[in-house]
Amino acid sequence: MTAPTTKKMTAVPNLPPLEPRARFADLFAAEWIKLWSLRSTPWAFAATVVAVLATTIAGAVGDSQNYTTYDAPHQEYFRMFGAVGDSFSSGAATMLILGVGAIGAITVLGEYTSGMIRTTFTAVPARRSVMAAKVAVVTVATTVFGVALVLVSYGVTQAILSGDHASAGLGHHGVIRMLVASSVLAPVSALVGMGLAAVIRHSVLTIVVTIALFFILPSLLDSQKHLTVSILHMTILQAWGRIGFEQSTTARFPWTVTGACLVLAIWGLVSLVLAIFTSNHRDQ
Amino acid sequence: MIEVHELTKRYGRKLAVNNLSFTVNPGQVTGFLGPNGAGKSTTLRMILGLHTPTSGSVTIDGRAFRSLPRGMRHVGALLDAGDVHGGRTARAHLRALARSNAIPSSRVEEVLREVGLADAANRRIGGFSLGMRQRLGIATALLGDPPVLLFDEPLNGLDPEGVYWVRGLFRRLAAEGRTVFVSSHLMSEMEHTAHQLIVLGRGELIAAESVAEFAARGTDRSVSVRTPDTAALAPLLTAAGASVEREPDGQLKVVGLNSDRIAEIAFEHRILLNELTNHTSSLEKAFMELTADSVEYLAGETK
Repeated sequence: MTAPTTKKMTAVPNLPPLEPRARFADLFAAEWIKLWSLRSTPWAFAATVVAVLATTIAGAVGDSQNYTTYDAPHQEYFRMFGAVGDSFSSGAATMLILGVGAIGAITVLGEYTSGMIRTTFTAVPARRSVMAAKVAVVTVATTVFGVALVLVSYGVTQAILSGDHASAGLGHHGVIRMLVASSVLAPVSALVGMGLAAVIRHSVLTIVVTIALFFILPSLLDSQKHLTVSILHMTILQAWGRIGFEQSTTARFPWTVTGACLVLAIWGLVSLVLAIFTSNHRDQ
Repeated sequence: MIEVHELTKRYGRKLAVNNLSFTVNPGQVTGFLGPNGAGKSTTLRMILGLHTPTSGSVTIDGRAFRSLPRGMRHVGALLDAGDVHGGRTARAHLRALARSNAIPSSRVEEVLREVGLADAANRRIGGFSLGMRQRLGIATALLGDPPVLLFDEPLNGLDPEGVYWVRGLFRRLAAEGRTVFVSSHLMSEMEHTAHQLIVLGRGELIAAESVAEFAARGTDRSVSVRTPDTAALAPLLTAAGASVEREPDGQLKVVGLNSDRIAEIAFEHRILLNELTNHTSSLEKAFMELTADSVEYLAGETK
């Protein structure tokens, strides 16, 4: 035994350490650092931009080429409805849901699959606060991203269509609601990605469930029956379409914009609750 | 101070930790020993509130860790060097953690220097060796300058210089009055580091005592004797009540007489001794003897 016989008690660490008040802002800043210190984050955002813009630009270029071949009533119809749709097509919405949903999922899965979550929860035992900060960071980042991407997509596609004088300006009927609906899609999808990841905690399984939920299930549902259509109306993509655009006057099962907003709100809120509260009771 | 009180953890039907009670005091390095699967990591995770005990309680300086809003200024921990995201640089990893606990980023640079990772700070952790990850884990534990530190197998993967450094660090932290709790499955690692030992086997407490007390448990004590005249000395020692074995290298291994007595006998009979070495039972042996009945995963075990 070589235990020191005289102990220097310099630090007196048995006294409660002088500690600054725990602030949510610090957790937000920490999660912000975490998000942007991963090389995959800017790449994932960039890939989403490329996928969305490729889809909308290809659509706009195609429509611009076809436009000159249309007769006058058809051209007017396109200027009325088609031009707005070109600025953010349902293909683009799908890409946005996938890309941003994946980013949201990665922020949670990156912690769980790497084991970082134990380090995180050891640093901050208040688990729900950590997850809430993570949710806040992702929501802020993806909202800004969504608004910017939708505006860019709108600007680029309308610039393409303006060559044919077929573009829809900001004052054009339905443009603003389409921009808003598409922008909101980003944070909602990110939250859903986070919520699913927080429940499943397994990368491959999360991908399988997400694809099944968003893309396979809707394709299996019959669009002619009331029950299955009601289920379809509960999906994010359909809700986005309902908020962003007028529904066809001949729709067999019409629904309200309020209903569609509610659908998005419920997806977002349920996911948020799952992301924040599932962390609390499980052993890490 | 860490107080573990009647702690039990059950995973399904498997009892990982059974009614465990012990106290880890400040001002000394306490080794936490046990064979693989003894429940050391489970216990450490319960101390940190990562796992919820099935019953019993743990407090750190009188409070349950989970009840603290922020942890780093209370407890520094290295549970698993792999509990990091490989995509971040060492600096970004520490900055994020520091920020979450309102620790100034100047402290990040301090701990990076302290653990010798200053030059690797901007490299991604994914490319780190196990030894470097251990250093990063130690840096993480030190970040909040906490009064209580927990380390789970911190010496794994460290080079000899690193092992030497870590031992010095633990002793220094303890000398500063901190509680230092270090787990290991190798007794030899603790022999030169710890003052106190908590020994675990199959989830149950086997011993909680000082290293010296623990070593005294060993039953195997012997003295090696090197002499040119083994033929004369061996029967004399046997006559004095010792059991004498001839080692392959020509030395005598004597059990049952202490070195003073052997020297006296040799002196009385004018027998030259070239070497006389005491072998007190090593901690390793004491540990093996003590945990022999409680080894979870025994090589060559027949079912």
